[in-house]
Order: sequence, then C-alpha cells, then structure tokens
Amino acid sequence: MVNAAEFEPWSDPDAVPLIRFQNVTKRFGEFTAIDDLTIDIYEQEFFALLGPSGCGKTTLMRMLAGFEAPTSGTITLGGEDMANRPANKRPVNMMFQSYALFPHLTVRDNIAFGLKREGRDAAFIAARVDEMLKLTRLERFGARKPHQISGGQRQRVALARSLAKAPKLLLLDEPLGALDKKLRQDTQFELMEIQETTGTTFVIVTHDQEEAMTVASRVAVMNEGRIEQVDTPDRIYELPNSTYVADFIGEINLFPGTARRTDPPAPPDGTAPAAAKSESQPPANEAAGWLVSRLSPIFGEGADGKSGAPDGPALLPRPDGLEIDWAEGADPIVVSNATEGLDGGAVTFAIRPEKIAVSADRPDLPNAFQGKVIDIAYLGNVSTYHVELPTGQIVKAQTANTRRISARAFTWDDTVWIGWTDTAGVVLLR
Amino acid sequence: MKRFTWFNATSLTLGFAFLYLPMVILVIYSFNASKLVTVWAGFSTRWYGELMQNEAFLDAAWVTIKVAVMSSTIATVLGTMAAYLLVRAGRFTGRTLFTGMIYAPLVMPEVITGLSLLLLFIGIGLDRGVLTIVLAHTTFSMCYVSVVVSSRLTSFDRSLEEAALDLGCTPFQAFRLVTLPIIAPAVISGWLLAFTLSLDDLVIASFTSGPAATTLPIKIFSAVRLGVSPEINALSTLMIAVVTVGVIIASLVSKRAAVARARDDAAAARA
Repeated sequence: MVNAAEFEPWSDPDAVPLIRFQNVTKRFGEFTAIDDLTIDIYEQEFFALLGPSGCGKTTLMRMLAGFEAPTSGTITLGGEDMANRPANKRPVNMMFQSYALFPHLTVRDNIAFGLKREGRDAAFIAARVDEMLKLTRLERFGARKPHQISGGQRQRVALARSLAKAPKLLLLDEPLGALDKKLRQDTQFELMEIQETTGTTFVIVTHDQEEAMTVASRVAVMNEGRIEQVDTPDRIYELPNSTYVADFIGEINLFPGTARRTDPPAPPDGTAPAAAKSESQPPANEAAGWLVSRLSPIFGEGADGKSGAPDGPALLPRPDGLEIDWAEGADPIVVSNATEGLDGGAVTFAIRPEKIAVSADRPDLPNAFQGKVIDIAYLGNVSTYHVELPTGQIVKAQTANTRRISARAFTWDDTVWIGWTDTAGVVLLR
Repeated sequence: MKRFTWFNATSLTLGFAFLYLPMVILVIYSFNASKLVTVWAGFSTRWYGELMQNEAFLDAAWVTIKVAVMSSTIATVLGTMAAYLLVRAGRFTGRTLFTGMIYAPLVMPEVITGLSLLLLFIGIGLDRGVLTIVLAHTTFSMCYVSVVVSSRLTSFDRSLEEAALDLGCTPFQAFRLVTLPIIAPAVISGWLLAFTLSLDDLVIASFTSGPAATTLPIKIFSAVRLGVSPEINALSTLMIAVVTVGVIIASLVSKRAAVARARDDAAAARA
C-alpha cells in the first residue's frame, strides 16, 4: 500500500477515531454474533472487515448503519453515541450486497433519492447527480432503469447513490461479490480511487481476503464474533498473530512443535532479555530490535526493520535464536526472529510457500529438508510444489515461473531439497 | 405429439359447454324480442332499453357499485396493512395464529359470516343500509387482498426498504416511496378481486342490507322469485360483462408484473 507509509492515524496516540466500538456485544437469542468487541476506525481509512460467513462482520456493519442495536456496549461516531439514532438520521450510507437499487426509478432518480429526502433544491440535486454519474462513469445511463444496465453498472449506481449524500462514513457490504473476477479486480482499483478522491471513510465487509488486502488500509480479521487481528495488509500477511489469521490469509505451511531456546548472543543491553520475557512490557531498547514480533504491530514503525535482511519477510531480525522440534527424527527448524519467552512452549511455526526455495542440491540455508515432489500446481505466473517430507508432512513451496515451461527443473516424484532462512517464518503461540 | 384429436376436441367442448352454456343461453335470451323468456322471437335490444327505465334496478346498481368501490378500497388498505405486518414482523409468538385468523374468513361459510354480522349490527344498534353492507364486504374481502399482497411481499427484497431508510426516509416514507410502488400491481389486483367479490355477493349482502339499500344481486334474486323476466337477463348480461372485464384487467396487471419481475430477475442473474 502506497499510503500505508504516510497515512497511519492508528499509530498516532493523539488521533481521534471516527468510529469507536467499546465492548460491543450483540446477541440474537442464544447466538452471540459479536462478542465484547472493541475497535477504533479513523477518518479517511479504508477499513476491511474480513472473515468467513457467520463471523459477525455483517452484523458489525449493520450496527454501524443502524439496522441492528447492540445488546450491550457503545458505538460512537464522530464522538457521538449512536444508540438512539435511527438509521435514517445517521451520517452513514451503505452500499448493499444486492445493491438494493429501486427498480421503479431510473438511475438518476436512484442517485437523487437520498438528496431529495434532505429537501435539497432541484438545481443542487441535478448538479450533484451529474457529479456522481461522472465519478462512476455512468453519464450515458442516467435515464435507464436498473434492469436495463449490466451488473457492473448496477454496482456503480449503488456506489453513486450511497456517495451522493457525501456521508462521513460509507459502508460496503460485499460490494463486489456479484461481479466476475476480472471486473472485480478493475472495480477494486476504482473503489480505491473513489475513496481517495472523495476522502470518505470506507468500511468494507468481505470474505475475499485478496479483495481486503488490495483495497484496505487496515484489515480486521474476524472469527466467531471477535476480532483476531487488526493491522495493515502487509503485517497481517507477514506477521499474523495466530494460526487462525495465518491460515485464513493466503496459503501457509504450519509446523506444530515445541520451542527450545538456543544460546543467545549477549544482548547489546543487559536488561533487554528480562524485558522481553514479559510480553506486556514495552521493550527496553527499541533501536536494537528487541521487539516481540507479536507486539510490533502495536508499537509501530520502530521495529519494522524494512531495511533488514534481503529476503524481505525478515521484519524482525533477532540476535537470539530458537529451535523448534516438530517431528520425531527430523532436524529442528532454526528460527532467529522468535521471542525468547517462548522457550519450552508449544508453538506453531508458520511459513508462506513463497518463502520456501526448491532446489536439486542441498541449499546453503539454516533450514533444509529433503523430500519428494508429489504434486505440482501450475498457476501460470507461479507454480506450487507439494513436497512430501520423510515425516509425512506435505510442504507447499512456491516458485515464480521466470522460465518457460519446457525449462522447468522438477517434475512429479523428483527428490528435491526445500529450504528457508532463519527469518522467513513466524512463530506463533498455540 | 399430435395435438388435435377427436377425443381432445370433444372433451374440451364438453368441458367448456358445461361451464359456459348456461351463461351463453342467458346472454342470448337477453337479446330476445319476446316477453316470454323461453320463446325466441328474434333479435332485439329492447330489454336493455327497458332496463334503463327501471328505477328500482338502477338504484340497486348504483348501491352495488358504491358498496363495491368503498368496501374494496377499505379492504385493500386493511388487507395490505395486515399482509405487510405479518410478512415483516418476523417470528413472534402467535404469528401462526394471527396468520390463520386472517385467512379463516376465506373458508368460513358465508351464511355464518352474514348471520354473525347481522347479530353484531343489531347488537350495536346500527341501522342496516349501505354502511353495513360496506362493513360486511370489507370484512370478507380483506382476507383475499391480504393473501394476494402477502404472496408478493414474501418475495420482496427487504434491503430495498433498508436502503430507503439508509438514504434518509422515515419508515412511512420508505413504504410510500419504495415498497408501495413496487408491490402496486399486487395491491391493484387485490382491489379488483375485492371489487368483483363485492359486486356479486348475495348471501352476506342479504343479511346485512336493509330496506333502504338493496344491491343488484338481491334485487335480481327477489325478482326471479316472481318469474324470470327478459329484463333480468339483460341485467345479468351486463353484470357478466363487468365482472369479466374486472377479472381480465386483474390478470393482465398481475401478469405484466410477473413478466417485469422475471425480466429483472433474468437481468440480475446475467449480472
């Protein structure tokens, strides 16, 4: 994300959030849809609520719109408690999953609908509708009825209608779910452009992780009514804080095992290890990178390590190390970016397929395992090798197809080596 | 498959003859020049002319139309409200009971409905006349309206109303500006159904009408007891015409709506 570098109100302690959920719980009879949820969303954010169906993301959005009331807890918008504000009195507009275009009205009248309820004069409405038609490139379709235009155009009418009143906050409920893949990708970039042009705060609900990663400035991964992790897309991907998030976002190999601390080199600051042992304490020496990977999203840029190791994912190169025993008779996995406090604990080592190199000879890497190719998924730009290790574990390794297909090095049943650096993966507590 | 066979043709003819022969005979005899109903004496529109001179019949016709318009309008408002509530209220204790109670008058014998209404009107001291017939007709025809409207509402996308609220409508505005225009075809055919039901009702009207106000079916029924006159044939023919037109309009309206919906759905599916 380009604007992730400059636009980060969530890491500014003085920033005032636009939306604040405080200990919000929503129950439908016996079923708890939202479970004691607290979250801040800032002005001009493009915030994505991501999760499987039934995780409560739509309920969260409907509470923002005013269609559901929280069972307990408060929702404030721009500092004002929304508890007694009905949907029609909120400075919030929603784009519905089904678009909910009024079939008996033309595209123009659909867009003008909200403005007319505000009692604006005809000239203002006409100008605003023209502006919206232009923004969504629908100038030629103003006089048509919703059933006379294509799905992609209907999606844009819905967007134009919800933006016409210039709401403080726009809610998008699976806005691109009905579009085919190609159109969806184009529309994602359109959405981002419109969001930047209008400066509106967008909250989008989606179950499509790719969509969330593409459009959002921050992503909240939800599971069973709770938020598992809120962070920028790159951090969600590279620094998941749980196996749930790791597994939900993209593909990942998981190695459950036991952590064992290897002798750390002397820290630059004698007090640091003690400090790092307790996860709740801020690290004593931030500059030295003594940041627990799980805490770094909270403490911000200082430990980001973007200038770090050349393999990119090594966001937190650490002087201490860890070995993970993950299977009987197999070499332990060597990790240098984990937390010292994990010693002896049950952990899961998680590594993305694209961080794993496949080679014919033993690679010169801290982690190298031999295995057999049992499957190759050719996806055009990349190929995913499914490599079976002697322990029976199947590891997915992804390589970019920089060479033409005829030059491919490995095929089914070949014995290969897979390997990765000591900073390529993430250690997660179990 | 061969569509035309003698067997098919015969059964079709017999079926329709069974249904429509009596009415065809009635219509034909309404153009009979003779005063004797059963003797054909040539074509004439004489009885239609005489009918137009018959004050009693004209009065009854006027009462019938007034009653039909008023009762079907009230029934449409009430029936639509009932349907809207029952479809929208979601699950609540006693919902099935309420739904059942709305539809029960559909299967209630008309004699019972008429008798109980008569007892009610006597009980509260309401003089029988146009008002009582209107009330009675509203009572039974609103269930028909509610059936027609609620079947449309169940397929109505709820998010359209939420979108209207979201864009600043009050709940009533959302109903008036979004829901009502979309379900209008069902409401109109409900009204037409109620109108035709009221037009040809004899049983309930005979319980609830008074000497001051008699509807056409009652008038015809009592006139026939003194012998069938060609005038009655002419009047009945006119009534058949009115009802037929009403039914045709109702089915056209709902068919057009169904076609429009299918077109919208097809367009949505293509999207």
